[in-house]
Amino acid sequence: MSTTTPTRTPSNADGARSDARTAGTAKKSRPRSPGLDKRPGFFVYGILLALFLGGSYPLWWSYVAGSSDNSVLTETWPPLLPGGRFWINIGEVLTTVPFWQALANSLIVSSIITTSVVFFSTLAGYAFAKLRFTGREGLMIFVIATLAVPTQLGIIPQFMLMKELGWTGTLGAVIVPTLVTAFGVFFMRQYLVDVIPDELIEAARVDGANMFRTFWSVALPAARPAMAILGLFTFMTAWTDYLWPLLVAPQNPTLQVALSQLQSAKYVDYSVVLSGAVLATIQVLIIFILAGRQLVSGIMAGAVKG
Amino acid sequence: MTTTSPPRPDTGQAQQRTDRIQTRLTRRQRLSRLDVKASPYLYIAPFFVLFALIGLFPLVYTFVVSLNDWDILSGAGDWIGIENYVAELNDPYFWNSLFNTMSIFLLSAIPQLLAAVIIAAVLDQNLRAKTFWRMSILIPYIVTPVAVAIIFSSAFGEKYGLINNILTSFNLDPVMWKSEVFASHFAIASMVNWRWTGYNALILLAAMQAVPRDIYESAALDGAGPVRRFFSMTLPSIRPTMIFVIITATIGGLQIFTEPKLFNPTSANLGGAHREYQTTVLYLWDMAFNRGDFGKASAIAWLLFIIIVAFGLLNFLISRKIASTEVKVISQHRAKKLARYRATTAANPTGVPAVTAADTSGAERTTAADPAKEERS
Repeated sequence: MSTTTPTRTPSNADGARSDARTAGTAKKSRPRSPGLDKRPGFFVYGILLALFLGGSYPLWWSYVAGSSDNSVLTETWPPLLPGGRFWINIGEVLTTVPFWQALANSLIVSSIITTSVVFFSTLAGYAFAKLRFTGREGLMIFVIATLAVPTQLGIIPQFMLMKELGWTGTLGAVIVPTLVTAFGVFFMRQYLVDVIPDELIEAARVDGANMFRTFWSVALPAARPAMAILGLFTFMTAWTDYLWPLLVAPQNPTLQVALSQLQSAKYVDYSVVLSGAVLATIQVLIIFILAGRQLVSGIMAGAVKG
Repeated sequence: MTTTSPPRPDTGQAQQRTDRIQTRLTRRQRLSRLDVKASPYLYIAPFFVLFALIGLFPLVYTFVVSLNDWDILSGAGDWIGIENYVAELNDPYFWNSLFNTMSIFLLSAIPQLLAAVIIAAVLDQNLRAKTFWRMSILIPYIVTPVAVAIIFSSAFGEKYGLINNILTSFNLDPVMWKSEVFASHFAIASMVNWRWTGYNALILLAAMQAVPRDIYESAALDGAGPVRRFFSMTLPSIRPTMIFVIITATIGGLQIFTEPKLFNPTSANLGGAHREYQTTVLYLWDMAFNRGDFGKASAIAWLLFIIIVAFGLLNFLISRKIASTEVKVISQHRAKKLARYRATTAANPTGVPAVTAADTSGAERTTAADPAKEERS
């Protein structure tokens, strides 16, 4: 339909079209512009600004409360500007929970899980996308079917297993249950099926590369953008996970577990608890300001592909 | 004889060498063939082996545990069949937890989805500083659920919480966020909504941007306003993504744990003094690790598992039903239009539809374009 009017100006074409459409039914045509590329008005920016403030205010408020003493919480209207006690409160946080140790634990756990998930998913996703083998369709259907399976509900045997192995309290117990995900395999397969031409793989094979070499020097470079997105999501999931680390390693806490321990230890002094929450969020916030663009495009690309 | 019969040594060697090369080649070929045959299985094996060990086996073994009288300390006891399931289905706390889970889920999923669609539509315009606005709605997502729960549980404090302070300053009664059923569900749902709405809006925005622009253009040319375009073009085109978002939200929402767990650290029971906001996973945790009844806890896990899978299937079926009825409506609509078009052309033997004939300004609009349009619209 658009092919008939590509060169006309929108208002002209619109008038002509709506005339044509309504003349038969004897309705008065209403001249209007499509307005597809029009810049939106202040109202739209007002909504967006309100969303921005609504999204950030709880964080700002935590900082204000976390840099004051508890009396702030009793005031009717919270002050808009932070007080001067942030580092005093942070000192309290650091003596209550092993914050830096927990931060290091979280980094270790999330990095290992991310590396493992991304590597194994790329390997399996490549096989499903580009290699021919008996049972491929059936196994892929199996992967898709398990996407919706809530594996978290297997925590009781997982816990028994960790206890049996004597791993409780170690980071290994936190890491092992999430070393692979069905979502990762599905995601990499969806990406690789379009992005690598079959000819490229054949060319590499003709040149004498063995299968693994082909994977390593043809598929891996092509898979990099999707690996980055998958890595980002996996890291985020591992970083925010709470239930499982709380269950198997409360004495060797990840950052989330340490934060919750701070809450239960200091619930009477909410300014200390909130300063801890702020301290735990600041690092992610800085990374977000630097690399948020990638996170946004990652979420949007993942949505279309997944 | 002796001087002539022995084959010349060099030719023999050459023969042998070619033989060897041939066998070596075939061995290499055989290796290569093995490589081609075995590699795919080697590549998918790590995933399947690990997934079976850490994902599927525990889930299946949960079922085995649920059929036993299994205590955390004494281990496996007697095989008692479905007794744990019977006990749980008669357990008011189980039903209470299910009610709380559903209530929190609905309070978070529905407003969140509506808001996310609206936000996505707002972002799906020719904005200035696009990336900035997209990033800004994602800020809550980078705050971890534990931090969100800490911040909101303080803001929803009953005595000195931010929200009750503001309510009293307007001469309103403070709300007992942590001891009233509905209020606590609302507070917990608001944590989920705050963190996830922007994220889901971005996913829906991606789906909206994938709709080809010229479809909108031609709809606009046909006189469809922005609202009409949104309801009859944008919403149907993003339906697959909506289903994806709904299913993800369902799987996550029915397993909610962190937010209710940390909502009130002083509470005597997990999930409120009178279990006002004890969700099913919290109850599972309570049953397994506080009361130590692994058998009953496993039965709870499997009941929840069945509910989640049923919800997933229901979502799937409903969305398929909607899609098929829509196709039916569209085809009826099209048939009606086609009939009308045929009637006009029959009355007009020149082949020019009456609509176009009456049109003066768009006279150059050919008749060829019109049937095509009728077919498509």
